[in-house]
Amino acid sequence: MADLTSTFAGIKSPNPFWLASAPPTDKAYNVNRAFEAGWGGVVWKTLGEDPHIVNVNGPRYGVVYSADRRVMGINNIELITDRPLQVNLDEIKQVKKDWPDRAMVVSLMVPCEEKNWKEILKKVEDTGADGVELNFGCPHGMSERGMGSAVGQVPEYIEMVTRWCKETTAMPVIVKLTPNITDVRYPARAALAGGADAVSLINTVSSIVSVNLDTMSPEPSIDGKGSHGGYCGPAVKPIALNMVAQIARDTETARLPISGIGGVTTWRDAAEFLTLGAGNVQVCTAAMTYGFRIVEELTTGLSRWMDEKNYSSVESFVGLATPNVTDWQYLNLNYVTKARIDQDKCIQCGRCHVVCEDTSHQAITQQKNGQRYFEVIDKECVGCNLCVNVCPVENCITMEQLTTGADPRTNNNISAEYQNWTTHPNNPMATS
Amino acid sequence: MRGTDPLVELQTDLHPPLSAHEAAVEADRCYFCYDAPCVTACPTGIDVPLFIRQIQSGNPHGSGKTILDENILVGMCARVCPTETLCEQACVRQTAENSPVKIGALQRYATDVLQAESTHPYQRAAATGRSVAVVGAGPAGLACAHRLAMYGHSVTIFDANQKPGGLNEYGIAAYKTVNNFAQAEVEFVLDIGGIEIKSGVALGVDMKLSELASQHDAVFLGIGLGDVNAPGIDGESLKGVENAVGFIARLRQTQDYKSLDTGNHVLVIGGGMTAIDAAVQSKMLGASEVTIAYRRGPEQMNASEYEQHLAQTHGVVIRHYLQPLRYIDNGSGYVASVELEQMSVSDGVLTGTGNTTILQADQVLTAIGQKLQSAPLEGASLELKGNRIVVNADRQTSDKKIYAGGDCIAGGDDLTVSAVQDGKLAAEAINRQLA
Ligand SMILES: Cc1cc2nc3c(=O)[nH]c(=O)nc-3n(C[C@H](O)[C@H](O)[C@H](O)COP(=O)(O)OP(=O)(O)OC[C@H]3O[C@@H](n4cnc5c(N)ncnc54)[C@H](O)[C@@H]3O)c2cc1C
Ligand SMILES: Cc1cc2nc3c(=O)[nH]c(=O)nc-3n(C[C@H](O)[C@H](O)[C@H](O)COP(=O)(O)O)c2cc1C
Repeated sequence: MADLTSTFAGIKSPNPFWLASAPPTDKAYNVNRAFEAGWGGVVWKTLGEDPHIVNVNGPRYGVVYSADRRVMGINNIELITDRPLQVNLDEIKQVKKDWPDRAMVVSLMVPCEEKNWKEILKKVEDTGADGVELNFGCPHGMSERGMGSAVGQVPEYIEMVTRWCKETTAMPVIVKLTPNITDVRYPARAALAGGADAVSLINTVSSIVSVNLDTMSPEPSIDGKGSHGGYCGPAVKPIALNMVAQIARDTETARLPISGIGGVTTWRDAAEFLTLGAGNVQVCTAAMTYGFRIVEELTTGLSRWMDEKNYSSVESFVGLATPNVTDWQYLNLNYVTKARIDQDKCIQCGRCHVVCEDTSHQAITQQKNGQRYFEVIDKECVGCNLCVNVCPVENCITMEQLTTGADPRTNNNISAEYQNWTTHPNNPMATS
Repeated sequence: MRGTDPLVELQTDLHPPLSAHEAAVEADRCYFCYDAPCVTACPTGIDVPLFIRQIQSGNPHGSGKTILDENILVGMCARVCPTETLCEQACVRQTAENSPVKIGALQRYATDVLQAESTHPYQRAAATGRSVAVVGAGPAGLACAHRLAMYGHSVTIFDANQKPGGLNEYGIAAYKTVNNFAQAEVEFVLDIGGIEIKSGVALGVDMKLSELASQHDAVFLGIGLGDVNAPGIDGESLKGVENAVGFIARLRQTQDYKSLDTGNHVLVIGGGMTAIDAAVQSKMLGASEVTIAYRRGPEQMNASEYEQHLAQTHGVVIRHYLQPLRYIDNGSGYVASVELEQMSVSDGVLTGTGNTTILQADQVLTAIGQKLQSAPLEGASLELKGNRIVVNADRQTSDKKIYAGGDCIAGGDDLTVSAVQDGKLAAEAINRQLA
């Protein structure tokens, strides 16, 4: 079994799977259960100042299902911890004492004043926690009070608060970023400039998940009204992966450790975050959907894959996919593919035909000799991949690269040479 | 191809393996229940939700490992378990939509992947220098031996038969275990090392239990039920009258089905799994009429509803409330027909009605239960109950050095999977005892 131990921003844990700051890490009871189940670490539910906030007393969560009622995304209007600060601090101290080998990071959110941050940091240091995470991400409730994503959307604030924290404490400082911005590189650079030891992302995405058409209230509905919430779960993974890659590729922040968050549900999701440059991952929705035991699938799956690929440690494959993320203009325009339909696997549903016919390039037949028959017309196929995406049968339609002859669609000879848009004759701004 | 030549059908998987696509679609249906009812329903306590989640996430190897951790003979169990009365009956989707997740088929999918790999998934601990004798190379004995070997004990298995596997090799219906799977699985189990099998050696004939106990640090008895019950009626010695277990053993061992002496009008007597298997296989062998006669009603049959249905869809007629009175000679020493009495049950008591009927039969297969042989236990004073060996929760007999499991113990349910669990529990207890 591969070695799953992880060191993230100097914080050690037996595996790279942490629970994100959220209800699963709200109190000692939950966190003890998580550690018993095998989680490598937790980021404790965000602490604030007393008097503690209150939550709504009606539904906090909304949901987006797939057709078979699988949870694809959850949206929430929960705030930070609604328990007194000292209660949390005492529990954190005890749990860290009981589980010395697990990572204990404490998430914080206090008003944007130097003394407020400094005061709370001192208290956290007393608990023996391994580090802090600054919650600049929460998109609802706290942001209206000038905290959470209200800070995370202003790079100058991020830098300022991070600096205060770094000046105050020797604990590693992780800055948690919001996805509710236009370009995540700016807040990441600001965190780095403020001295952050790492960033973590993403927090939840501002959202309304559904509207009740009888009551005309957004959901979750509190007495007939709803407010926007934060969206998370499998549905947000693509957004998170992109943001992780953007930070990992950015020359300024390339060396900044990243904790990947957003929709991690299986070992494969985790491996994707790690190969794009995350040093570890955090999980919330998957645990809230299936319970803590999923960590067994995460650890056994990742370790099996590492054995298969001969990766001896987690670090050995972190970032291996990052160099392959590039900008559109550098993609090879001489790479020509055509769809191929495996007739033995085809179940004749016709979805590939209709989407190509109605919405793409009329490149898939519907019959042959009067029989239902779906086949790619190379002369029309632009290789767009839509048929592959909509086909219900895995590996029935695949993309095949043409390496010789001419592309039947354009009649252009296939060239083995790499050519991109920057030098393409159709580009008015081509460099050569 | 199922449904063409009956002989081909005999050698075709009753439940064909799932393709990767089918497995993905089926795995997707699992809800990953908390404290899952399917786990509780499995005699070996396999972590069903976890192994299915591992299939979902593209880790069939890890999935197979999760299963084998609890049940080393899961390949056979995936083929023969009456899942319709175990895990799949407990599945919450059975409750929700009358269509459980196909746990048995998924289990087979995952373990096929793992057993096809060349390296055995377990390693032996350092040798302990302790030795354990296991009597019987059936599912109970094999499971016990594997777990003991894992802990580093050295194990000798003695079996009276020529081939190891117990009823996996000699009893399970041919269409449930095709392609010599029983032997392939025995090899898989032995791959761990540290287990020696001595075939053709019978306890009670070639050696005594007291000798074994003095030569080894512990003994495990997995001797199954070597004897069979007979109705005790006139004509039992006629040719064509045979015990169903013996008939199936002949069938399982033959290279040439056509050479088997099989009847055209077959009457099977009994109401359990063995009766069903004997009847269905007779039909596949080409009998024109196969009838099962059972003395009570359909609800009392030990064969599950699914098994009864299987027999019926293969053209077997099941007749209830009929008990044989005598076998009738055709004049030259062969059975020609059977006289049976109509039975009735009132207040749970079975009584004959006095009405009889005669059914034509040139072959009669009796499947009215098996019992423990007495020879193997001679000289040892193990406590018995209802003619089976009494054990405690650790599968320890009244003799602290002797353990037992599988069909030969009292209170079991005579399933392959339960035999495996007994073997595993006994090995754990023996390991603790030897520590
Ligand atoms: C016809 C038939 C069909 C069945 N079908 C199913 C099914 O579909 N699904 C299911 O779950 N269960 C089925 N069962 C039940 C299942 O096969 C048994 O519960 C299981 O095999 C019991 O395992 P065991 O190890 O206790 O005994 P066995 O499998 O009977 O093995 C006992 C072993 O001990 C050896 N032995 C016996 N006496 C001695 C001795 N004196 N010295 C040395 N060795 C000895 C025997 O040779 C044999 O190898 C079926 C049983 C029968 C008879
Ligand atoms: C109900 C709920 C409450 C949350 N509370 C917090 C919080 O207090 N602090 C914080 O930093 N993030 C909070 N989050 C965001 C999660 O930590 C995480 O960033 C987000 O859910 C994305 O990960 P996921 O897709 O695995 O759920 C919360 C999320 C949910 C669903």
